[in-house]
Parts: sequence; structure tokens; C-alpha cells
Amino acid sequence: MKRHLRAFVLPLFSTLALLSATSAPAQISGPPPAQEKPVEYQLPNGFTVIIKPDRRAPTAVHMVYVRVGSMDEVDGSTGLAHMLEHMMFKGTKDVKPGEFSRRVAALGGRENAFTTRDNTGFYQQIPASRLEDVIKLESDRFAHNQWPDDEFKRELEVVKEERRMRTDDNPRAQLFEQLSAEAYMASPYRRPVVGWMSDLDSMQADDARNFYKRWYVPANAAVVIAGDVDVAKVRQLVDKYYGSIPAHAVPTRKPREEPEQHGIRRLDFKAPADQSYVALAFKVPQLRNFDNSVETNDALALTVLGAVLDGYEGARLDRALTQGPDRVADSVSAGNGLSGRGPQMFTMTGVPAKGKTPEQVEAALRAEIAKVARDGVSEAELNRVKVRWVAGEVYKLDSLMNQARELGGNWIVGLPLDADQRLLDRLRAVTADQVKAVAAKYFGDDQLTVGVLRPLPVDPNRKPRTPTVQIHHE
Amino acid sequence: MNTLFKWAAPAFVAASLAAPAHAALPIQKWQQASGAQVFLVESPSLPIVDVELDFDAGDRRDPADKAGLASVTAEMTSKGLLARDGQPALDENQLSEAWADLGAGFGASAGADRMSFTLRSLTYPDLLPKAVALAARQLGEPSFPENIWERERQRLSASIREANTRPGTVAGRAFSQAVYSGHPYGYETTEESLSHISVADMKEVYKLVQPCRAKVSIVGAVNKAQADQIATALLARLPAGSCTPLPAVPEVPALKAAAERDIPFQAAQAQVLIGQPGYKRSDPDYFPLLVGNYILGGGGFVSRLSQEVREKRGLSYSVYSYFNPGMHAGAFTLGLQTRPDQAAQAVQVSRDVLRRFVAEGPTEAEMKAAKDFMIGGFALRIDSNSKLLDNLANIAWNDLPLDYLDTWTKEVEKVTAAQVKAAFERKLQPDRMVTVVVGAPVASTRQ
Repeated sequence: MKRHLRAFVLPLFSTLALLSATSAPAQISGPPPAQEKPVEYQLPNGFTVIIKPDRRAPTAVHMVYVRVGSMDEVDGSTGLAHMLEHMMFKGTKDVKPGEFSRRVAALGGRENAFTTRDNTGFYQQIPASRLEDVIKLESDRFAHNQWPDDEFKRELEVVKEERRMRTDDNPRAQLFEQLSAEAYMASPYRRPVVGWMSDLDSMQADDARNFYKRWYVPANAAVVIAGDVDVAKVRQLVDKYYGSIPAHAVPTRKPREEPEQHGIRRLDFKAPADQSYVALAFKVPQLRNFDNSVETNDALALTVLGAVLDGYEGARLDRALTQGPDRVADSVSAGNGLSGRGPQMFTMTGVPAKGKTPEQVEAALRAEIAKVARDGVSEAELNRVKVRWVAGEVYKLDSLMNQARELGGNWIVGLPLDADQRLLDRLRAVTADQVKAVAAKYFGDDQLTVGVLRPLPVDPNRKPRTPTVQIHHE
Repeated sequence: MNTLFKWAAPAFVAASLAAPAHAALPIQKWQQASGAQVFLVESPSLPIVDVELDFDAGDRRDPADKAGLASVTAEMTSKGLLARDGQPALDENQLSEAWADLGAGFGASAGADRMSFTLRSLTYPDLLPKAVALAARQLGEPSFPENIWERERQRLSASIREANTRPGTVAGRAFSQAVYSGHPYGYETTEESLSHISVADMKEVYKLVQPCRAKVSIVGAVNKAQADQIATALLARLPAGSCTPLPAVPEVPALKAAAERDIPFQAAQAQVLIGQPGYKRSDPDYFPLLVGNYILGGGGFVSRLSQEVREKRGLSYSVYSYFNPGMHAGAFTLGLQTRPDQAAQAVQVSRDVLRRFVAEGPTEAEMKAAKDFMIGGFALRIDSNSKLLDNLANIAWNDLPLDYLDTWTKEVEKVTAAQVKAAFERKLQPDRMVTVVVGAPVASTRQ
């Protein structure tokens, strides 16, 4: 599983002259690289298809995004979306367990998959001439995934090892797991993507089969193809293989809205570590579309605020907290969630410097926000983060994978095909006054959850932890 | 093959004398008056240029009591610039602001062998010269401020103390010490070694960063004349120096006997590392070892180790093997993590897979699968400017032939199962390996 904190959706290139910032330290004024536009359409069975030709090299990326992630699970069955992601490699009627990966490797391809709160994604990077082979394989497992129970049992043990590796032996990851559980009460964002260990212990093969039947339906998925491809030819292949999958209704989703928070929440997490660690999570509005609502404008301004605080080396937070003789932190971070299928947070973190406490770091982080709320930000800072975004749009074109990821990621949250360009345009229009206003509006106590990692000494002679349930192997 | 690379400017072929006539990937190479060697792949379709400058000033030249010197020296080059030629001094924040304002980036780091500097910039005419000029100042006139080094030392020490609370760090340290037997490849940066490093030490190390020692790799929307200008400008502010040969670094000694270390640790998973010194990058067995390790433990879900440890037994999320060849014999490493109570089983299975592979070599079916993957997927190794830069710098650093990428698939194709078996038998001795297990009593109770 690869989990992504979508801190910021990188926007695509648009026009090149920057806003009329008179004190602009630099301008990016060259011509944008010529790009073929992506094409999006729907198959009769509801499958969304997105094709983005990019002919720099004879390779292609083929991805399937399914709009199902851990947020679509229910209590007691956490980790199911991710477990199913693993089982998708375990075969179909025609492809035996393990055979999928062997065939992709034989094509010279690389492959993997990932699950997040919002989606499950599968991808292959291949020589463009082998596109049909992976379309055939991927559409087959989307429609016909099946495997015996013993494959499920073994893979479940692999997933538990994955949880131990990523979370149980990583105190900061555990802190974030608990921070989500504390910040959200009703939203399914409260639960870890990989699942609680006791839910994994009790998970059954049929749980995964039922989840698969329910959510892996054409109208709940998109295929994204980027690379050295001809749109008309790709359409033929996609129509043939994905178009022949029978349509099914997408199940109704329950809203499960998070009730409004009215007061600060705090948690301490104790674990063997040397440094303490503090994370602040403020609930903020999210970007759902590009309308002119307060919610949209504030989400955009919060993203600019995050970049002004931590968008480049030596930005405000670094300068204020990690430098100077009385520095309070060894490292700091800030960023806005911006968009997702569920509620978003603006997060700030810090590692206290030697002799400083998490409480001092928390106060210093909040003081920086208060300073923006009081004094605003300079045009030079604003311009600087925007220049970086514009340049980042060109650099991003160097990677096919990034292009495909972005198109799929936008589809998952319901944003249009040209979301990146619109996002960049809107971000560049954010003013210093808007940044100042959101700094004053969203950073009180009422929407805040604070998590602190309190270090325990490492006792090398203590016995290893034992698993919650004894596992029997064949 | 020659239609493979659409970004190679067609006009260039006529202009270049250095590249072979029908190269799949035309590399131009020339030497500057300063002695710097420049390597270029033109990639005109995006307005980007990537540059890597490599110097023989990596960690392997660290004094034993100052482990980490090369790395911290590289890191400190971003902490401020001296005033020179009418240009004002810049502190660390002014410098990072200047980079942000250009939408460009410049980084420095040290690996085991090389100290490397990388520039990425847009090629727009109003931006590129400014980015190159700033990079040249940073390369040529870092100020190495004392007070900032003091702060960085504190930060690094704190992160080392934090890392020491993690089982993976503990395992890696023990493994390096046992495999490298005191060779600089096994040096670990510690709080103590950092306490011995002064700014004067950094300035001394930095004397190795001279134009005559530079390997400059350039990929992007620039022609040879522009690339030459960029290389010249980047190196112009460094002292010329005489570039006398550097002292030789000793080779990694072979292990004399197996070594087993069980280290108690409270953790959810045991960390397992098994290995020994591997081989040098210049080893003639390079291709058989590359193909063989893909089959053994380098091939993701389809490798033998992954099949036996993960797929058949569900023992681990990740199990892998790799060689790390450099100027000296970098380690062969087999690694995994697993629940403590099944660590003994995982170690046993891994050792069996390894021993059998060394004794018997790969099957013909495995050879075919490996070649299908490596040859079929060759284009994926070079389908972006950043991947091209990695490849170009590899060719430059290791003095590989300029047609290395053109002949790579042929070299892979030529490898036989017998060659893989022979190469693994020469390089690996399963009965003389280091086994480190952190968090479960296993290593010393084997066999």
C-alpha cells in the first residue's frame, strides 16, 4: 500500500505572465511547452476513460482508479479496501495467482497499486507497444477477480506485516493514526487505511469478495492512459475490453458527515522515541469545485497560506522556529489538505529542539499564524510561491506517471479534466488580503486537534511485543 | 532502436563527432580547458535543463573519526555565500529565496564515492543565465558559517539519537560494521564523529571540488555550445588547482568467517539483514550479477525470495536482495522484516533460497523471464530527463563507453545461466555471511 497525503494538487501550466506584482523578484515568461490535451469520455457501461497523449518516449502508463477507499468501509471491517487491492493480484478464471505480475514483467512492465482513504489505484508502466496486453489483463481482473481462501489467508498475513512495518514500528505514524481518530468522530476518515489490527485478525475471505462485488463496477471506475499513444487506437482497445464489462449500479453512499467541533481536542501518545513530536490539525473547508463560494475561495487561500509558511526552504516557519540562538524546533512543516472526498485539515507539525517542549513548539506554530492574521504576508512571498508552482508545472511534464496520477486523482474527487489549469489560475489570483483573512478565520481552538508524541525510553531488554492473536500457519 | 528516442535533436547527429553513427541515445562528450569532462544528451521537447556535477569527494574519503564529513560539507554549501566581485554575501535565507524566485533548484549531497551537485532550471532565456550564475556562486563560494554549522550539528545529533530508537537503524548499523570490517564504506555518522568535524575540516575537503576533477552531465533543451557555456560558467568560480592524483582508498576486505548478531529490541517486527562484501562497479561479472540478482531478489513480486518468503508463506511484506557496487565492493544485502516469533523461519527460508541459487544458478525459464523484463522494459529506464541524467552521470562517473546504453540490451541478452551461476559462486559465499537479527533471538541458533 502506498498512502498519499494529498497536501497539494499540483496545478497544470496555463498562461505564463504572472500577476502584476510590481515587486516581483522574477518572472517566468517563456512559452509553455506544447501539449496535446487530454480526452475524457464515458463508456455505455459507465466506465470513465481519460487519455493523455505524450510522445516524448515510446512508453505508456495505464492506470485504473476505483472510487473506493477506506472511507467506504464500515466499522469492524477496516482495511478491507486495501486488502482487496492486494487480492486483485491473486488471479481470475484465466490468470492464476501470481501470474498477473509475471505477465506484466514479461512485457517489460513495472506495476503496483495503492489504496488511500478516497480511492484504490492500479498501474502498469510499459513500452507503448504493449498497451493492449495490460488493458486485457487489467480489465480481466477488474471484471473477474477470484482466488481460493488459502491465498487470502496468506496475503492477510502479508498485510499485517505491512501494518507492523508502516505503523506499529513507527511512532509518528501511530500518532497520526490516533490524531485522525481523535479529530473525526463520524467521518470514516477517522480510521486507518491499512485497518486496525483486530479488524485484520477477524477479516474473512468473503468480506473481500463482497466488497469487490459491491464497489468494482464500471460506473465507479476510471481508466487513465498517458504516453506515446494514438487516441483513436486507444479508444478501440478500451471500448473492446473495458466496454464489454456488464454495467451495475454504484451502491448508495451514506453521507456520514462529521459533526461540527466546538472546542479543542488533545491527545498524548507515548512510545519509545528520543524526540517528542507535535501535530496540529485544524478543520478547514475543502475545494469541491471552482465556484466562487466562500468555501472554495477560503480553501484556495489556505493553500497559499500553507506555501507561504512552508513552501520553500527558509520560508516563514523554518525561519521563525528552527533558526537563531533560541530556536524552538529542529524541524517544522505546514500544509493544507485542499481537496478529497472527505473533510480536509490544515496541519502543522514540529520536532522540539533540545531543551524545548512540545507546548513551546505548539505555541510558536500558532504564533506564526497569528502573525499572518495580524500583519498579513508580503507581495514578494506571495509571488515567490506562485513562481514555484508555475515552474513546477513544467517540471511535472517530465514524468508520465505524475501526469496520469493527477488526471486520475482529479477524477476521484469529482473535479473536471482541466482542474489543474483552473486551480493554477485560481491560486494565482489569491491576494495577500485573502491569505490574511483565512489566517484570522480558521485557527482558533474550536476546530483544532493537537497530538503529542511523548517519548518513552527504549528498553533493549524488554521482550518483543507479541501479536494480538496467535496465527497458525500450514 | 534509433526511432526510440524522439527527444534527441536530429540536427545534432551531423554536428557531433563523438557519438556513434546510429546511436539510440546520442551522448556528446568533450573535455574543457580546465580539465572538466562534459557529457550531454540533448532533449529539446521540454524547456528544462538538468545538470549533475560529480567529484571524487564522497564519504569514502572521510577520516575514521570524522565520519559524515563529506555529507555535512555538501549540505553546508546551501547555508550562505561569500561576497565576491561586487556581489553581496547571501545568508541561508536570502539564498533559498533567490532559488525560489527563479523557480529553480540546486542541491548538494555526498554518497559513498561522489560528492554531487544538481541543478534543475527552466531554459527560458531570462531565467537560465540567472540560475546558472547563482549555482556557480553556490558551488564556488559557499561561506560555511560557523554558527550555522553549530546549529546543524545539534539538529543532526538529535536526529541520530532519534534514529537510534528505531530497529531498522540498529540493524543497518550492525550490518555495516560487520560487513565492511572497518572500511570507510561502513563508517557511521555518530554524535561523536559530528563533534570532531569543524568548518576548517569542511573547507579542507571542499578543496577537492575543482574544475579539473569535475564530471559534468547535462540533459535538456540545450545544444552543445550552450551546454559548454553552462559547464564553463558553473565551474568558473572554483579555484583551478593542480589536480594531483588523490591517495588511494583501500579495498573492502573479504569476510573470513560467518558472523551472527542477535540484538534484543522491543518492536513489532524483527529486522533481518544477511550479506557480505559484493563487487566493484568495474567488475567484468557486472551483467551476469545484474541479471542474476533480478531473479534472486531484485525482481519485485516475481523474485525467488519474494515467492518463497512472501507469496508462499506470508512471512513478510517486503523481502529483497541487492548488490551495491561502487569504486569498491559495496555490500550484497538480503533484507526482510517479520513478526518476531517467525523470524527464525524467515531467516531459514531466505538462507535456503540463497544457498540454492548460488549452488545451482537460475533455470532457463528464469533467465528468459529476466531478459524479457530487462530488455522489453529498457525504454522505461530512460523515458524522462531525470532518468536520463541518472544514466548519463553513471556513464560519466564509471568511465563507461559512450554507447553503453545502446549496447545494454545486447549485454543482457548475451548472459547465460552458466555465467550467472559462475558469477554468483565467485562473489557470494553463503557460509561466510553476516546475519543480523534485531528484535528476535535467531541468528546464533541456526543450523
